[in-house]
Parts: sequence; structure tokens; C-alpha cells
Amino acid sequence: MSVNTGAKLFRKVDVDQFDEERFVEDAGDDSSAVGPNESEVNNLLAQNRNAEALKAVLNNPPVNTKDQAIKDRCASLVLRVLSAFKVSEMEGAINGLEQPAQDVLMKYLYRGFESPKEAVQSNLLAWHEKLFAVGGYGCIVRVLTDRKTV
Amino acid sequence: MATQYRFGVEPITCHAWNKEQTQLALSPNNDEVHIYGLSGGQWVKQHTLSEHTQRVTGIDWAPKSNRIVTCGVDRNAYVWTFNGTKWEPVLVILRINRAATCVKWSPEENKFAIGSGARLISVCYYESENNWWVSKHIKKPIRSTVTCLDWHPNNYLLACGSSDFKTRVYSAYVKEIESKPSANEWGSKLPFAAMLGEYSNGGGGWVHAVCFSSSGTKLAWVGHDSSISIVDAANGFNILTAKTSYLPFTSCLWVTENSLVVGGYDNLPLLFNCSQGAINFVNKLDIPKKSGGGSMSAMKRFQQMDTRGRDSEDSKVVTLHQNAIRQLTLHSGSKSSCAKFASGGNDGQILVWDIRTLESQIAGLTIS
Repeated sequence: MSVNTGAKLFRKVDVDQFDEERFVEDAGDDSSAVGPNESEVNNLLAQNRNAEALKAVLNNPPVNTKDQAIKDRCASLVLRVLSAFKVSEMEGAINGLEQPAQDVLMKYLYRGFESPKEAVQSNLLAWHEKLFAVGGYGCIVRVLTDRKTV
Repeated sequence: MATQYRFGVEPITCHAWNKEQTQLALSPNNDEVHIYGLSGGQWVKQHTLSEHTQRVTGIDWAPKSNRIVTCGVDRNAYVWTFNGTKWEPVLVILRINRAATCVKWSPEENKFAIGSGARLISVCYYESENNWWVSKHIKKPIRSTVTCLDWHPNNYLLACGSSDFKTRVYSAYVKEIESKPSANEWGSKLPFAAMLGEYSNGGGGWVHAVCFSSSGTKLAWVGHDSSISIVDAANGFNILTAKTSYLPFTSCLWVTENSLVVGGYDNLPLLFNCSQGAINFVNKLDIPKKSGGGSMSAMKRFQQMDTRGRDSEDSKVVTLHQNAIRQLTLHSGSKSSCAKFASGGNDGQILVWDIRTLESQIAGLTIS
């Protein structure tokens, strides 16, 4: 009988690294623009200008950086902004966004779904429903296909 | 709205029409190509081309010379000629080590191009002294599978889309068989395999289809991020992109110089218009009939809720295609003024859409 060694170390060998025509990601074109302006967003939130805070927080998403800490900080900031909204205010805020910003928002929603915290989840689901009504399936497909994650 | 033809339950992976649209070649998602002939409004199977050993991925029918070229996952391509009674295959050596994915005759029909998973395009031409089809490779800088191809009307330029999210335009000038091309709007130096342009819409999503407009100045492509992009060589290679709210499109086709039909996972063709520096949605070309919300007995309603978790029967696919559209082809007319186009789908159907009928049936629709 053959012996199943369970060896799986070989799976980590990157056989493609010596292929000179391998696929390489496009380098981030603008590494200076990482993340939204946090203090501006906080100010807007404190003044109850939620819709403007949402616009500001979706500005400059950290899609080109590889630094997970920056991405985490931005995601939690976005979640804080999203949870400041009442369900009735969501629709107006989404309609005020440009199409690229809607795509970014959808990325953050799916990012939010990754870490289940029940209180936030119901809020995110409400956002998802409203955003889907505007952005349609294309908005979701772009979250799935885009290599630039938040 | 459209003429519906059914060819069994298997997906139609690819199809092609002959010059007079009286014959149709299609592959039912296996290693065979079936040739159907139109007789009395019905399609009757006339020939089965079974030379491929694995799934056929591309068929193209040259209208003038009446030759068919097919390619498949078995890494082979065959050129088929009709000898009066049956179709005779000639093997083409592509020199690829991955599956062939798509094939297109050049407009002059003196060469054809085949895209493959080996990250290259084989441009094949006939060498008469050897009585043999030979292939030349376009390799750089394609980083992933070539998914789609289209020829420029001048017979020299070739556009390809790839799963590395980019669309590229190459020169496919084969000096052995044709005269030197003159400079055009895409470039002036045109040695074989010179890349004249590399375009991306900035997002992810591999390219499913590319299509040159009839004048050859505009190149459209659709990607898996539900986007439609158009680059215009006459307008400083300006790239227009529309990120739509639909499911991704798998195919695109110019029906006039400014109107583009796209189709894909939404099971229906959609019309877009490119004018004034923007891509605008015009209309869906398959408008489902409203199912008359007929009365339903209380008993039926509760049964539905019990068995399906919903109280009405809205799970039916309301479009004519019951599954995704795989390919749009020009049926009659030209890319500058298409009379009819066809769509082949995963539901085993081929639909022929008449532009004039669509215009009369859909209120306010003019295709220009």
C-alpha cells in the first residue's frame, strides 16, 4: 500500500517565479494617496454631516498599498461612518455618490462582512440592500473581480 | 422580437454562419462541429465534423472562400473545405502547448489568427510551395490566456483581449504573403508582432470579447467587471469606459459605427451608444412580456410558500434566452449597418435578431 505522507510543503514552491513572462500585478500608480483624511471625516461626523463624511471617507481608498494595517484602519473608519447613518438616510447618501465611489463602498461592505459582529452586520445588510438597488449586480461583480482590495 | 432556433439542451459554445446565412456551423460543447442547413424554416443537420479530440472552442466561416476553420482544447486547428459531398479537414500546426481558445479569419481570408492559453496568438497562413498552413507567433507582452480576437478591416491589424485584464492591438502583417501596409491611425511602423497599443480600463475583470468598428478606428471590449470600454484611434486613443449595473458581458458587436450590442450573463442583448465622449445605455433588446399576474388560489399560494419559500412563481427566466449568451455574431449586413445579428447561448438556442423589427417593436428605439 502506498504511504500517504501528508507532505504538502512542495505546494508552497512557486514554480512560476522563474517564468519571465509570468503575470505581474500593475504597480500602484499613486502610493502617496493612502486612505481618507481621518480628521476631516471625524469632524464631519461630529457635526452630524453624515453624507459628506461618507463621501470623504470613500475618497482615496487604500487600494494600492500592501500595508494591511492601513487597510484595517480605513475599514474600521468606514464602518464607523456607516453605523452613524439611520436606515432612512442611507438611500439619499448613496444617490449622492458617484459610480466609482459606490463601487468602493460595496468593497467596504464585503470587507465588513468578513468579520462578523452582529450589531454591525444588520446595519451593513441594510446598506447592501440599498446599494444593490442602485448599483445592481455590476457593483457586486466588480468587488469580486477587482484585484485592488480595500 | 427574434427568431428562435433550438439545437438541443447542450450549450452552444461557438457558432458561425456561411455567406448566405443558409448554413450554420456550431459546436454543442463537445469535440464535434455540426453543420446545419436551412430547409423550410427548419435547421436540418447535414454534416458532422469530428476531427477534434477535445472540446471545440472556436469556429469561423470564411464567407468568400467558403472555408471553415475550427480550433479546440486539443491544441489543434483544422481548415475545412467542402469538396461537393463532404467537408475535408487539413490540420494546422499551431505549435502551442495549451488549449486554443478562439479563432478568426482575416477579412481577406488569406490568413487567420488563433488565441490560446499558451499566452500567445498564432497567425496562420497558407504556404503554397509546401501545401501547408504555417503559423507565426505573437507573444509579447501577453501575460495570460488570450480569450478573444478581432481583425481590423484593413487585414493587417489584430486586436486581442486577455485574462491579464488588457486589450492589445498588434500588427499581423505577414510579409511572405502580402504587400507592405501603409501607415494608419493605429500606427505607422508595422512589422509582424509589433504591439501598437495596450489598453486597460483600470479595473480587474478579464476581457471576454473585442470588436473593431466597421471603420476600424474604434475598438470596443467587454470585461468580467461588467464594463464596456471603447478606445478611439481617431480621437487621440481616448479610452471611454462604462461600468454598468448588469452582470458581466461575454460578447460585443458593432451594429453601426456608433452603436454597440453586448450580451452576456443577463441572458439578453443590450444596446449601447458611443457618442459625445460617453458610452450611453440605450435599451434592452429583449423586453420580457409582463406575465399577467393571474389570480392564484389561496391553496396554490400557500403551497408555493411551503415548497419554494415564496408566494408567486417569479423564478422563471423571462428572457428569450434561458441562459447566458456566449457569442454574438453578425448575421446579415455589415458592421456599419447590421441588418440582423445572432446570439448563441448556454441554453442551446440561437436567436436571430432583426434590427428593423426591433426598432419597430421597441418604442422610441432608433439604432443609428
